Amino acid sequence: MTYVRPKIELPGQKLNEIGLALRDYEGSLSTLCAGCGHDSITAALVQALWEMSIAPEQLIKMSGIGCSSKTPAYFVHGAHGFNSVHGRMPSVATGALAGNRDLIGIGVSGDGDSLSIGFGQFGHVIRRNVNMLYLIENNGVYGLTKGQFSASADAGSTSKKGQVNQMQNINAVATAISMGASFVGRSFSGDREQLVPLIKSAIAHPGCAVVDVISPCVTFNDHVGSTKSYSYIRDHKLRATETDYIPARSEIKASYYAGDTHPVRLHDGSSILLRKVDPDYDPTRRNNALGFLERHRSRGEIVTGLLYIDQNVPEMHSQSRTVTTPLKDMKFEQLNPGSEELNKLQQGMK
Amino acid sequence: MKRTDTSNPDYFHKVVDCQWGCPAHTDVPEYIRLIAQGRFDDAYIVNRESNVFPGILGRVCDRPCEPACRRGRMDEKPVAICRLKRVAADHRGDITDRLPAAPNERNGKKIALIGAGPASLTVANDLLPLGYECTIYEAQAVAGGLMRFNIPSFRLPIQVLNEEIDYILDMGAEIHYEHRIESMKELLGQGFDAIFVGTGAPRGKELKLPGRYDSENISIGIDWLESVAFEHIDSIGENVLIIGVGNTAMDCCRTSLRLGAKNVKVMARKPREFFKASVWELEDAEEENVEIVVNHSPKEFVIEKGKLKGMNFELMEYTIENGRILDQEVTGEIFIPCDDVILAIGQENAFPWIERDLGIEFNPWEEPMVDEVTYESKRKGVFFGGDSAFGPKNIIWAVEHAHQAAISIHRHCQGEPLTDRLPDLLNLNSRKMGMHEWSYSNTFDPAARRKMMHVPLDIRFDELGREVELGFDAEQTAKEVERCLNCDIQTVFFDSLCIECDACLDICPTQCLTITSNGDQDDLVKRLKAPVQEYDQPLFVSDELKQTSRVMVKDENFCIHCGLCAERCPTAAWDMQKSLLKFPKAADYDGGNIPGEKPCQQSKAV
Repeated sequence: MTYVRPKIELPGQKLNEIGLALRDYEGSLSTLCAGCGHDSITAALVQALWEMSIAPEQLIKMSGIGCSSKTPAYFVHGAHGFNSVHGRMPSVATGALAGNRDLIGIGVSGDGDSLSIGFGQFGHVIRRNVNMLYLIENNGVYGLTKGQFSASADAGSTSKKGQVNQMQNINAVATAISMGASFVGRSFSGDREQLVPLIKSAIAHPGCAVVDVISPCVTFNDHVGSTKSYSYIRDHKLRATETDYIPARSEIKASYYAGDTHPVRLHDGSSILLRKVDPDYDPTRRNNALGFLERHRSRGEIVTGLLYIDQNVPEMHSQSRTVTTPLKDMKFEQLNPGSEELNKLQQGMK
Repeated sequence: MKRTDTSNPDYFHKVVDCQWGCPAHTDVPEYIRLIAQGRFDDAYIVNRESNVFPGILGRVCDRPCEPACRRGRMDEKPVAICRLKRVAADHRGDITDRLPAAPNERNGKKIALIGAGPASLTVANDLLPLGYECTIYEAQAVAGGLMRFNIPSFRLPIQVLNEEIDYILDMGAEIHYEHRIESMKELLGQGFDAIFVGTGAPRGKELKLPGRYDSENISIGIDWLESVAFEHIDSIGENVLIIGVGNTAMDCCRTSLRLGAKNVKVMARKPREFFKASVWELEDAEEENVEIVVNHSPKEFVIEKGKLKGMNFELMEYTIENGRILDQEVTGEIFIPCDDVILAIGQENAFPWIERDLGIEFNPWEEPMVDEVTYESKRKGVFFGGDSAFGPKNIIWAVEHAHQAAISIHRHCQGEPLTDRLPDLLNLNSRKMGMHEWSYSNTFDPAARRKMMHVPLDIRFDELGREVELGFDAEQTAKEVERCLNCDIQTVFFDSLCIECDACLDICPTQCLTITSNGDQDDLVKRLKAPVQEYDQPLFVSDELKQTSRVMVKDENFCIHCGLCAERCPTAAWDMQKSLLKFPKAADYDGGNIPGEKPCQQSKAV
């Protein structure tokens, strides 16, 4: 990289509640292709985290392998991070968040990382409902290996060279909903107005929030036969819901109630406002959501928005009834009470 | 909003703040780049084409470019444009073979130029190469006008002045020294095809207070400076009061120190924010321990037994709101002793030698009525320029007036209509070299403005002509050139290529780009990523983009021309292109561009 992005302190720069500027939430300069959808998603993450005034040290970013998995390097350089093995981000995330439940976890994955090599891990992190944002940067191709079809490529779509994809695709959102996910959304890298509030809601949601973001690969999958190009998505996307995130303590303005709007109140006092664009759609009912998705898929439409939410599914820590104190804050004696205590425990089990 | 018309040269010209701010439209970023490459001769010639006196102006220009500089808007100081100009002039080699030359065969047209100041010299510079016979009449024994008599030599060394004046005189101008024109009527009878009046604003304003004419120790600033320049005056009393706080006052106070004054006070009627003097001239004077006294309004000269004892001042207090004085009040009176007083409260043009029955009309304030485009007076064939046209301005304005007047004189002599003028031209050319490579230094350098070194105070006053400013050294120059943001390397947008991937918006380090739905201007600016700070800075709005019908909007205010938008654009919808602006001079009217010719923009195959 022979260029740098200068940091310039401009007059009139806005600061968030903890006194940081938007640019304080950036990371290294992206080495992805110019015009990559992933970079747009990075910018949306930066925007959302800044607006939520999340302290960098409160955040952990994790990823596997792939173009998408480079993303954590490009936002919030002051946060914790772990770049793991291909498809194994969910295990690392589960461990990290089990150890320190106070962290805000963001896992960034791709269609290859989640729907091919890591498909098994994907299902189980959803079932376990680990409290994190599970973001899939979905471009339908293996960009790092020059653009082969990935598991999310639609049957019938073509590669850059013109070959037709014969295999059926794995639909990340339908899979997540049927696996019992507590929060599922889909968006488009080029629609930041929708993506930023969706990311904020996903971070606030107490459980595993899967957000599938269609992110055109400008180098290998932005051509006429593609169903994941900038223009195809723009022509075929259908907003099922509009989302807004209202932090705790702020007032919900009356205007938000206009139309068919439902506030979903979260345990920390914040709310996710859901406005149904399509009156047939109910994002709180699984069968309705899946049916809606399938109906529109068969018409060639790509449904976006917050597609399913159930904030009452217990997340990992309440499932396992773990202590409320993060393990890092506990004394060694508490974590390891010694062999005598172990013996006592084992005796009690006889 | 409709798509911004970027084919109008004014759009990209306005983006180059310094060039837009310069009356003569000097291509500042271009010559700064040439200096960066060590091409001082080329940098000098780029300068000379528009401002004619780079060495002189590199020292004493009023620098309208610097307050305009984009860098100054970013919580920083502007690029030291003027100092860099001096670097080019000081380090140039022999450029005489690159100067315009008069043809051996003249065109038979005779032009009289009255006064050998910057305005007349520039007219001669523009017209001699076209074959005109230029005759300059100068009242003094040397040429230069205000540049020589009113600007002290410790700011502008005589030899710098002589060199650049001689470039023009050596082209073959005929100059009559010590030839004051006493009658315009007589001159009109001598068969000139055109007459240009460049006599400046030679009359210092009077301060008619009690005692004004009762002492010989009260002088008018510009007359006094002239007497010093001609060595008629070589001393002054120990305690000197300067009345007025413009640039002439600064020259007077600093000159006084060099003639033996020990205690010099500059007396200002108003608070500092209302001073007319340039900030740097005030700083230079204060560095020499001149005291600047505010809120003192002169009341009377105190004279005892025919000797000046001092002056009485009224102490003033002002009610100021938003930089405007709403009310003033006298709160007391004070006597300040002194040996000499110099009045520097302004100057005006004066034409006692122009008969009022010649068709050269004057307004009720005795100022000539001059056309602001053609510089022609109400009498055909008589032109005005410089301070004599619209009152005191500065050298760089005089040069621009003269360029325009020279065009008019040329048109007049060829029998063409004066108002039929060539349009400004714009040429844009890509600066892309390859991957991550642009043919200009596009990295942002956060360095602070370099400080000019001065001759130490203990030896500064040894002789009147010792130049105070030492000029930038190599290291300072190398740093300062990198501070220039290359505003002339324009961000050019090709609407039809954009796929709205947002890469440019995200990479832009100053958030000056936005893609949003179209609307009228008031509505649109509300949706920009960064709020508009300067409403007079241009706003670029594209056509509706093909995928979403939204528009690309660019607020030019904080663009640092780093090229990252073009760098990150996957379809090359953004390109960095150098804007080369051409402002036609007299020479361009012979077989030059045809009026109405379209500006040229480098297009792209779509």
